[in-house]
Amino acid sequence: MIQLHAVHHHFGDRPVLQGLELTLSERRIGVVGGNGSGKSTFARLLNGLLVPERGRVLVDGLDTRTDARAVRRQVGFVFQNPDHQIVLPTVEEDLAFGLKNLKLPPAEVSERVTTALRRYDLEPLRHHPAHLLSGGQKQLLALSGVLVMAPRYIVFDEPTTLLDLRNRRRFAQAIHDLPQTAIVVSHDLELLRDFERVLVFDEGRVVLDDVPATALDTYERSMA
Amino acid sequence: MSLGLYVHRTSALHAAPAGAKMLGLLGATTALLLFSSPPVLVTALAATLGLYALARLGPRELAFVPHLCAWVLLPLFVLQGVLSGWDTATRAVLRLAVLVLLAMLVSLTTRASDQIEALQRALRPLARFGVSPARLGLLLSLTLRFIPLLATWVHEVREAQRVRGLEHHPIAVLIPLLVKTLRTADALAEAIDARCFDAEDPP
Repeated sequence: MIQLHAVHHHFGDRPVLQGLELTLSERRIGVVGGNGSGKSTFARLLNGLLVPERGRVLVDGLDTRTDARAVRRQVGFVFQNPDHQIVLPTVEEDLAFGLKNLKLPPAEVSERVTTALRRYDLEPLRHHPAHLLSGGQKQLLALSGVLVMAPRYIVFDEPTTLLDLRNRRRFAQAIHDLPQTAIVVSHDLELLRDFERVLVFDEGRVVLDDVPATALDTYERSMA
Repeated sequence: MSLGLYVHRTSALHAAPAGAKMLGLLGATTALLLFSSPPVLVTALAATLGLYALARLGPRELAFVPHLCAWVLLPLFVLQGVLSGWDTATRAVLRLAVLVLLAMLVSLTTRASDQIEALQRALRPLARFGVSPARLGLLLSLTLRFIPLLATWVHEVREAQRVRGLEHHPIAVLIPLLVKTLRTADALAEAIDARCFDAEDPP
């Protein structure tokens, strides 16, 4: 369970998040909102990439302010642009990057990498240079790089924005099949239709917190 | 030796530890500087080509050789021949050819991450002087990642500026490229943090 207590955050003079009070316990949570509404900042708070100026974020009782490393082991993060997430030159090396940071024994690193490669049919690309993958393959590699670390929660920041329709569907299915809790920030409303809960952000506040049918329809109307 | 040129094959050379291969390269370089008679150099060249065969690397992986000959070895041979005599030129060219082929062999048979880890281990004694081997290793990895990325961005920015008639304006290309690079550097730093990298506590 992730809890946010009286969370406030500013960028310069501009308030980005104002008094967030949330408990996230559902398996699929969507986050929508206009540009600059605070949803990406909210996402970064969940795994301690950003620490709130005021208030607390707790992940299974761990405070992101004091237990950032432990929190990051629990909460994986998939960024919008996979080119900003892939660190090492080849597919296999990049998948092993996070596992080596966790100091797992080489045999376990190898086993987890192989499992991850098979999961999304990336095995033939094991030794392939990461920069030569297609956009969809890169995003699946980015997701795999997070999944190999076996986090309990995965936060996605607009993961399908750069994908074509086929890859968007494939990625949506990948999210759907995850055993982990997924918190997905997205402008792709169809991706969130079968989620359990949707938060609508506006000017740093959650202005609506409901099931997708209600939250997404209201959000769509407000954007018309 | 270059990073990021790895070609996957199943061979004893591929399986050999990165550190051993890099030390072997260092040893071979020293030996070739000490013993440079033409018979030794020709034997070394033949042995190096044998190692390519052992590593199951073929003509495709040796495609750089004609360029090396045309742009480096031949001009060097002519220059050395004219300035220092043809015997010295033959030795210099043979020695350089063997060294380049050996360095390429290490690069072609060793993953970048293994080379970087070996370098990190070698640099560990410097930690007491404030050098962070983990940071240096990551720096090398990111450099490798950024080279193809930068090439793509240069192409993208030039295309965008061509539309505006600024294709040959260096500032119009450099500034957006710099902004994009800095933004990506910030994003990559976040991604590295998110994947539990800790420079103080290296893998």
